[in-house]
Amino acid sequence: MHELSHAQKAYLARQKRDRRLVISARLLVFLIFLTQWEITARMGWIDSFIFSSPSMIFKTFWEMAKDQSLFVHIGATLKETLLSFFFVVILGLGISILLWGCPRLAKVLEPYLVVLNSLPKSALAPLLIVWLGARQRTIIVAGMSVAIFGSILNLYTGFGEISQEKLKLIRTLGGGKKEELLKIVLPSSVPLILANMKVNIGLCLVGVIIGEFIGARQGLGYLIIYGSQTFQQVRILIFCFSNSLFLCNSW
Amino acid sequence: MNPLLEVKDVSLSYHSLSGETAALSHISFELMPEEFLAVVGPSGCGKSTLLNLICGLLTAEQGTILMNGNPISGDSARIGYMLQKDHLLEWRSIYRNVLLGLEIRGELTKKNLSYVDHMLKLYELDKFRNQRPSQLSGGMRQRAALIRTLALKPDLLLLDEPFSALDYQTRLNVSDDIGKILKKQKKPAILVTHDISEAISMADRILILSHRPATVVKIIPIDLNMKDRTPLTSRNAPAFKSYFNLIWKELNQNA
Repeated sequence: MHELSHAQKAYLARQKRDRRLVISARLLVFLIFLTQWEITARMGWIDSFIFSSPSMIFKTFWEMAKDQSLFVHIGATLKETLLSFFFVVILGLGISILLWGCPRLAKVLEPYLVVLNSLPKSALAPLLIVWLGARQRTIIVAGMSVAIFGSILNLYTGFGEISQEKLKLIRTLGGGKKEELLKIVLPSSVPLILANMKVNIGLCLVGVIIGEFIGARQGLGYLIIYGSQTFQQVRILIFCFSNSLFLCNSW
Repeated sequence: MNPLLEVKDVSLSYHSLSGETAALSHISFELMPEEFLAVVGPSGCGKSTLLNLICGLLTAEQGTILMNGNPISGDSARIGYMLQKDHLLEWRSIYRNVLLGLEIRGELTKKNLSYVDHMLKLYELDKFRNQRPSQLSGGMRQRAALIRTLALKPDLLLLDEPFSALDYQTRLNVSDDIGKILKKQKKPAILVTHDISEAISMADRILILSHRPATVVKIIPIDLNMKDRTPLTSRNAPAFKSYFNLIWKELNQNA
């Protein structure tokens, strides 16, 4: 390894300091938020029955963690989200490959995909419950319904933007559609597929929560609805937080 | 000697909703074994279309194209095609890029692999075989693209402005390299270019096409009266300038 120059060292140190500053500022914002929330609740400036407070949230959280009910619900939501994510990835990729391979089919189906994609999925969930019954399968389908159509459209559009010249190269080397797909389309779409997956995991979670709102006896969505019906704002807030933490993790 | 390739009275039009565009009109010429033919013409006149026809990516609406006396069919003919850009795939190493054609044809035999190894060494890419295309210079990339094409041992090579994406200096060097490689391998080739000097420096004969719909204006044999000519040394030949003027005049009269 060659010796770093003085200026380079200074630059690296500056970068490191900047990064530390950003992270500590982020933490500080969070702490200030919690502190003022707690203080205003204790001083009675806000109604802690309606707005709750960090200490109450922490207490409830601890109790639920102790009797393990929290993990049951998180586990149920996690399982449903991952399953619907898995199906979205497989089906999304499969169908967009099919559409890429049959441009005529794609032309026929495109308007339907656009309509299905713009459908308000939360309105679809009650219907799904009626059609498929209040069970886990329904919730998984609800999760998929949010992500699948956008995923297909996104991947299919991406496949179509691949340079025609590269596909021509495959044909001049004696390849056909299959080789175009395996040697060019799929490998060059890896970043697109990964980006698509990142978006989909979040969308699947949203869909699963919506499904759980309406027809579940387990899961974070169920807890949120249960909390709101029994006026336990504490619980709702917990689960909103754990939702967002859950999302952060999946990223 | 029988010609390797015979193009007889070939015509083709492009069709779109807004109408029909005649691209090629009654094109005829022959290519002898080991011959290097350059095709020049105004841009957009249908030069690339001609190559697409010869390699079977397009089918002529009229006329025939024979290779060794047999009609061209999409997959049987061994025709190598070099495009304007090298189109090396960034997610593959140079070595795996070079093997792409063999992989597609399912011909990754020991013999073919050692032929590829031999060419990589010969054309000074051996050291870079595990590198990514983006780590190579434009000239090296174009050489890698040539090896990818030659790995299939084509009977005929089609070059569609393969140097046009390179800067001037690289372009002269690469065309010199590739000219020498093709001479050494005794590969017949058809080069499409809009650069008159490049055509004269590399070709045995030059075919001049007219504006769209392209017709054959003239076929000019190039005899620079040189021993062991290479594309670079050709540029110094006394006759170079007069060929240039001749082709320039023909192009301008018909453009």
